[in-house]
Amino acid sequence: MREKCQKCAKPATYHITDIEKGKPREYHFCDEHARQHINPPEDAPAMPMGDLAVELIKGQAGSREPSAADKQSCPVCQITFLEFRNSGRLGCPHDYEVFRNELMPLLENIHDETRHCGKVPKRAPRNSQRQTELIELRNKLKRAIAAEDYETAARLRDQIKEIEQER
Amino acid sequence: MNLDDLTRTGGEWLKGSGPESDIVMCSRIRLARNLATYPFINRASRGERADIEREFRTALTDANLDLSYIDVNSLPKLDRQFLVERQLISREHDNAEGPRGVAIGPEENVSVLINEEDHLRIQVMQSGLSLPDVWERINRLDDQIEEQLTYAFSPQLGYLTACPTNVGTGIRVGVMLHLPALVHTKQIDKVFRALHKINLAVRGLYGEGTQAFGDFYQISNQQTLGKSETELIKNLSDVVPQIISYERQARKAMIEERRQVLHDRVSRAYGVLKTAHTISSEETMLLLSDVRMGINLGLIDDLEIPTVNELFIHTQPAHLQKLQGRPLEVDDRNIARASYLRSRLANGKHTD
Repeated sequence: MREKCQKCAKPATYHITDIEKGKPREYHFCDEHARQHINPPEDAPAMPMGDLAVELIKGQAGSREPSAADKQSCPVCQITFLEFRNSGRLGCPHDYEVFRNELMPLLENIHDETRHCGKVPKRAPRNSQRQTELIELRNKLKRAIAAEDYETAARLRDQIKEIEQER
Repeated sequence: MNLDDLTRTGGEWLKGSGPESDIVMCSRIRLARNLATYPFINRASRGERADIEREFRTALTDANLDLSYIDVNSLPKLDRQFLVERQLISREHDNAEGPRGVAIGPEENVSVLINEEDHLRIQVMQSGLSLPDVWERINRLDDQIEEQLTYAFSPQLGYLTACPTNVGTGIRVGVMLHLPALVHTKQIDKVFRALHKINLAVRGLYGEGTQAFGDFYQISNQQTLGKSETELIKNLSDVVPQIISYERQARKAMIEERRQVLHDRVSRAYGVLKTAHTISSEETMLLLSDVRMGINLGLIDDLEIPTVNELFIHTQPAHLQKLQGRPLEVDDRNIARASYLRSRLANGKHTD
């Protein structure tokens, strides 16, 4: 048996066997690391950014009662506001328009600001309506292929190609 | 690009050169970008992810950039872990599924991730404290890639990202700091609290709250909307020298008030690394951290910082297994790690 704590150079005074995924796993720790293992500190100073985002979003949007906005969904990517609240991730660029009323207070809370004042791409984005249309067509294409409706799929594919070549 | 060639080197962020490199390991900036005509990754089908990957690969080729592309989806787990240890891909990218990849620059200071949380994540790193240089570089790279594609962008909200915490500039500006004296003197929490108050985030070496990771911390901006990239860079650049000076003061106080205790601690750490026969990755990190501080304070004079930096990465699980040329279980890894450390630190001098 190992004599040393596996996290530092102190002698191991605790020998812990945890059942992880149905298999026993042995740990050898000094007093301090055993305590940390059994009772991990709750207020770890650093939190991964993704989790922090979800917390912020839940803290902001989750403190109130479920509302009509939760059921609202994006016509382009079909994500509902509730799904966004739970995952912290949006489904497509168009969501910033669809959920605008809900997102603005959230953005203000996260960034203290609601207006971009940084870099602007030199290549101006094409007509945003066209962009949205393209995402929608791709969605329809996906559904047509899933339904084995190849006639519609072929037509949609041509439409997509046409828009893509407008560049 | 052959990953085995990378194994023998340390990577840009471990070079140990550049301004303030005794405390600042490296400066890093990343930009998040998404194509205008696809859903974000979490709502994109496998086919769409494959299309996104193809669009970016074509764009990178057409932009004539000196990058090598690695298809992360077809990479074995050990190789993906290896790229995580080198900070070239994120844990999220390693654990994801489906078409995804990374394009890496020749000195490993540029990595372009395709299909991570956003369609594109561009990252540039440089050893030491040099954020303006890093910005100049990444800004140019962003321009070159952007010429080929149309990004999701709104005049009011800027670059649109999957997570609203990145919207606007899509920028994350960070420095990786080695702060052993602030940790030992238990002042680090005070520093963290002060940083949180001014909207800066603190994270562990690999993005998680693991303090045992050799006293390395990443400090980065949280705000991405409403300020320009250069303002956000300046906010961080203004704070870092203060943290550096706190760490220097803490080191000075330790050496003036408790020189023997400190010297003992550093020498014991060095002694264990030179003689152990089985050692975990966590213990190695903690001891190397002490040794690194010992060299910077002149308490160890027969070892160089770049060697210590390299040992930090070469003793990580995936690197160790690649250096040994075979997969190893934990116990065997601990034995192999100790043996590797003994051979590298033999006679005190760095040996190849």
